[in-house]
Amino acid sequence: MNLEFQIEGGNFSRAGHASSEIKKMLKQLGVDSRCIKNIVIAMYEAEVNVVAHAFEGLIQVHIESDKITTVISDKGPGIADVDLAMQEGYSTASKKVREMGFGAGMGLPNIKKNTDELTIESTVNKGTTVKMVNHF
Amino acid sequence: MVTAKTYHALTVDEKKCIGCIHCMKACPTEAIRVVGGLAEISKERCVDCGHCMRACPAKAIYVEQDDLKISQTFKYRVALFPAVMIGQFPEKYTENQIYAALLKIGFTHAFEVEQPIGILKDSMKQYCKTSPNNKPHISSFCPAIVRLIQIRYPSLTENLIQRKSPHDLGAHFAINELKKQGAKEDEIGLFYITPCNAKISSVKSPVGEKESIADGIINMNDLYNRVMQVINDKEAEDTSHLRENLSRDGILWSLTRGESIHFGERSMAIDGIHNVIKFLERLENEEVPEIDFLELRACDQSCAGGILMTGNRFLTVTRLERRAKRYPQAWKLKDSEAIKGSKEIKQKLIADKITPKPAFSLDKDRVRALEKMNRAQRIICFLPGVDCGACGAPNCQALAEDMVNGKAKMSDCVFLQQMWEDEGKISTTKAFRNVEKKWGEKRFQADCNKRGKRNEGF
Ligand SMILES: Nc1ncnc2c1ncn2[C@@H]1O[C@H](COP(=O)(O)OP(=O)(O)OP(=O)(O)O)[C@@H](O)[C@H]1O
Ligand code: SF4
Ligand code: SF4
Ligand SMILES: [Mg+2]
Repeated sequence: MNLEFQIEGGNFSRAGHASSEIKKMLKQLGVDSRCIKNIVIAMYEAEVNVVAHAFEGLIQVHIESDKITTVISDKGPGIADVDLAMQEGYSTASKKVREMGFGAGMGLPNIKKNTDELTIESTVNKGTTVKMVNHF
Repeated sequence: MVTAKTYHALTVDEKKCIGCIHCMKACPTEAIRVVGGLAEISKERCVDCGHCMRACPAKAIYVEQDDLKISQTFKYRVALFPAVMIGQFPEKYTENQIYAALLKIGFTHAFEVEQPIGILKDSMKQYCKTSPNNKPHISSFCPAIVRLIQIRYPSLTENLIQRKSPHDLGAHFAINELKKQGAKEDEIGLFYITPCNAKISSVKSPVGEKESIADGIINMNDLYNRVMQVINDKEAEDTSHLRENLSRDGILWSLTRGESIHFGERSMAIDGIHNVIKFLERLENEEVPEIDFLELRACDQSCAGGILMTGNRFLTVTRLERRAKRYPQAWKLKDSEAIKGSKEIKQKLIADKITPKPAFSLDKDRVRALEKMNRAQRIICFLPGVDCGACGAPNCQALAEDMVNGKAKMSDCVFLQQMWEDEGKISTTKAFRNVEKKWGEKRFQADCNKRGKRNEGF
């Protein structure tokens, strides 16, 4: 099963749409609710990162009977130092984004915590690709 | 799919059901299908919210009801009712007059269940304090919400507060009080007067408990009519001793913010099941700020909007708010004789853990479920996507899912049928028969009384 969702940079009101859709499907597959929770949290954080930090993005989801693979790729500023960005509390979020309740620098660490495999590839001034795998 | 052993009080009257799709469209859990021209409710998916009943233009969905006559077999016949009931009566009737009418129709005692509410409140607070991990704590007051969480948000069952409802509180308290007056337990008949079908289901098949505490359940609309037949606005006997332990907090408990107001700053109240669903979706994704306590109610304006309530819910709320002002706050009663002697009730209000009962999986076997999902996804491509409901399913997606589960056929879609007819793949007669099978022959007979619900204010 393959699914795709577009992400619009800057549009916080739409964020969460993809993760909600995926959640519905995982429930239909009878995936354990704790596992669903992890996936949805990771996906939402990754989605919000595109909304908050990049221009536009695409979520590609591939569901198999034993795992889900999510690739979130965006066009945007990219991340210069991924290891630094992964640290709790590190954030470059603008004042505007912070005022909306985001930008605590907890997104990437949270994704790490909630996925079984995580790889981040990024090119400055081009974009970022986050790939995450969760086993059911 | 495992059939949940839950009791549902809603029934579709086959004689009255016109097989329209109002209920099916209104159901928040997609529990209804129209089959053979009649609405069918799935037991696994129904959460007893009553929205279908509200939406039915033919009044074909009704709430089952115990026979009120059984009340004569007990020496002590107690009417247990939520305080919200008082709010539906015209303001010209006093509390004494309403109580007098209840006694006149055959009860020996009348107790409002929210007394003494302080015991329940303390018990809930104690739970919150001793299980700090499952935040936000979600009140298990509204049975429709509890079931909704069980079937649709299984991961949140852990957040439900393991405490019983005011009707359990009221029942134990009433038994205590009557025993003090010399009654034996088997002489006491408790009759719970319910504002909704959800409470019926929860009294008859309590979640996380073995036995029902009430001996009978009476629908509030039915009782309202009986009371109105015998009530009079003449001087009535003073029954205020029956309300000695009723407090402001108790009267407001079943209204919106009635509970949450006692649980600190980081508490929230949401009423209306569709609002609740939107919020739970977010909560499940952890897309909400830190909250300690959530009061969630299936009805708009909470129990004042219960499906078995009579009158306008806003007027009910107003009357109750006015009434509440005349009563003391709960803490002022905490040293009363009755409450001091009822400490052990607190223990009885502890409920068992509530288990998840997920009702949305396509197949028990994950590989098969995935296959089905793939197939449903392909079927969707051929369906019109207008969610017309003429197939008997609430939307195209639901039809596709029914198809892969062998509960529906491609030909149930009227759009596909039209197309196949046009392409010469199916005869007009066959197509017509298909629709007739789905909707019954009557759908095609001329009948000037047969029409759907007009929009309100049309
Ligand atoms: N898709 C992205 N494009 C560009 N930069 C990103 C992207 N995702 C993360 N970053 C960078 O990594 C930093 C840390 O990300 P992280 O998600 O941990 O925190 P945040 O988004 O700033 O705040 P929070 O997620 O707590 O709201 C961000 O501030 C940003 O500089
Ligand atoms: S009571 Fe609510 S959940 Fe049950 S069938 Fe009716 S609308 Fe659906
Ligand atoms: S809000 Fe009250 S009346 Fe409505 S379903 Fe829940 S308990 Fe019943
Ligand atoms: Mg982030």
